[in-house]
Amino acid sequence: MKYRSVFDIIGPIMIGPSSSHTAGAARIGLLARNLFGNKPTRADILFYGSFAKTYKGHGTDIAIVGGILGFDTFDKRMTESLSIAKEQHVDITIRTSDDIPNHPNTARVTISDETKTVSVCGISIGGGKMEITEVDGFPVRITGDMPTLLVWHEDRYGLVAAVSEILAAHKINIGYMDMARKSRGAQALMVIETDQAASEVICQELCALSYINNVSSIAAL
Amino acid sequence: MFRTIAELVELCSTENKKISQIMIETESETSGKSQQEVIDMMERNLDVMKEAVERGIVEPDRSRSGLTGGDAVLLQTYMKEKEPLSGKLLLDAVSKSVATNEVNAKMGTICATPTAGACGIVPGTLFAVAPKLNADREQMVRYLFTAGAVGFVIANNAFISGAAGGCQAEVGSATGMAAAAIVEMAGGSAEQSAQAVAIALKNMLGLVCDPVAGLVEVPCVKRNAMGAANAMVAADMALAGIRSAIPTDEVIEAMYRIGCAMPNTLKETALGGLAATPTGRELERRIFGDA
Repeated sequence: MKYRSVFDIIGPIMIGPSSSHTAGAARIGLLARNLFGNKPTRADILFYGSFAKTYKGHGTDIAIVGGILGFDTFDKRMTESLSIAKEQHVDITIRTSDDIPNHPNTARVTISDETKTVSVCGISIGGGKMEITEVDGFPVRITGDMPTLLVWHEDRYGLVAAVSEILAAHKINIGYMDMARKSRGAQALMVIETDQAASEVICQELCALSYINNVSSIAAL
Repeated sequence: MFRTIAELVELCSTENKKISQIMIETESETSGKSQQEVIDMMERNLDVMKEAVERGIVEPDRSRSGLTGGDAVLLQTYMKEKEPLSGKLLLDAVSKSVATNEVNAKMGTICATPTAGACGIVPGTLFAVAPKLNADREQMVRYLFTAGAVGFVIANNAFISGAAGGCQAEVGSATGMAAAAIVEMAGGSAEQSAQAVAIALKNMLGLVCDPVAGLVEVPCVKRNAMGAANAMVAADMALAGIRSAIPTDEVIEAMYRIGCAMPNTLKETALGGLAATPTGRELERRIFGDA
């Protein structure tokens, strides 16, 4: 089922005017920010499809930047997000693409600071819901409905078992798990939806495993 | 867990419960939260809706684009000064729906029901009908769960966004949701709520999403108005004992098929319908320039 909660239907509380163009966009920005882990110094936003055509009138740029600054869909600071970004020295670039996307409301967000960069592609599927379809070039499906763990690793045997063993030891239940890799034996990304959020300690234990490059734990939106 | 309106009505009947109660219990089970926590979350949505209605019926400001704003105030003034032909309760629901959608267009705070573009209909009818029926806060929260249950079925079997299924999916879903909730608040049965959904949604089938300049304003605000009126009349018809010849789930299925068959020019792309009229294009140029 696409929708799992009554609050997907009655909600979210949000700043208008469009659940797809503002709330969904804000959540794409917020998930990218949560994945990044802290305030970036740069954000490059690329709009496709309907986002590209109507973002100015809908304030999609304002919403997605609000999300990148860490604002939730109902945050009243949202309408001032572009000037707040400037005050906080977050350099924002907004561009549009004429490419025809798979989904009409698609945005690509690349956020970075001096040490790291994260690039995500997100689609706004209606009613304020969104899905992240790509992280750093890996095809994924992240909804933000559940706490989600992302594990960047090298494609080696036994790693899935090692990761799930650590989660089991901490009584973290896995709801959904997916693995994307660019080619056999190359870089890979595990996306794990869990019932309980993984703590910093768990992330450190996972990071200590061989062949694991990075771990990011994001709360449910 | 229910997947169809028929299953929902069946659950209400076998467990002798209202639609709202089934939705509260289902949400509690799937989320792991207590029923009270779930109710508290919905109360927050109710408060946001109340603030938007109260702001919209007194504030005449226009939106950023200048396309909409002030119509809810006009309706409220008209209702005070004249005897509306279609009746005060109906027009109150319409004005409060317009109020909420105008606040949305102004980038104000609203609760999506099920989307922002259709956010007026559920609260608009709620804040008109509740005083008429002397409903307390608990009943008002239940109204939202009943509406949510219907939207939940529609969203999972068809769609709720204009980009996916046209405005029938957006304002149409909201209208069916409100119709069911009005029936329950008025003391009707779950079966009557289901009939109200079918009657309301049938009259929204085929509705295209053709926002002028691509903005959620024209024709959205006035479609929220008509959605509220449609929901009120559909609820009264169902309470009178009128049944839909086509079962509710089949109406939802028809809505899905119509949406799939609808060309992309009529799905929120601003390439067709009212958006493509000479005046629609002129308004677009005025707002965005020729670029």
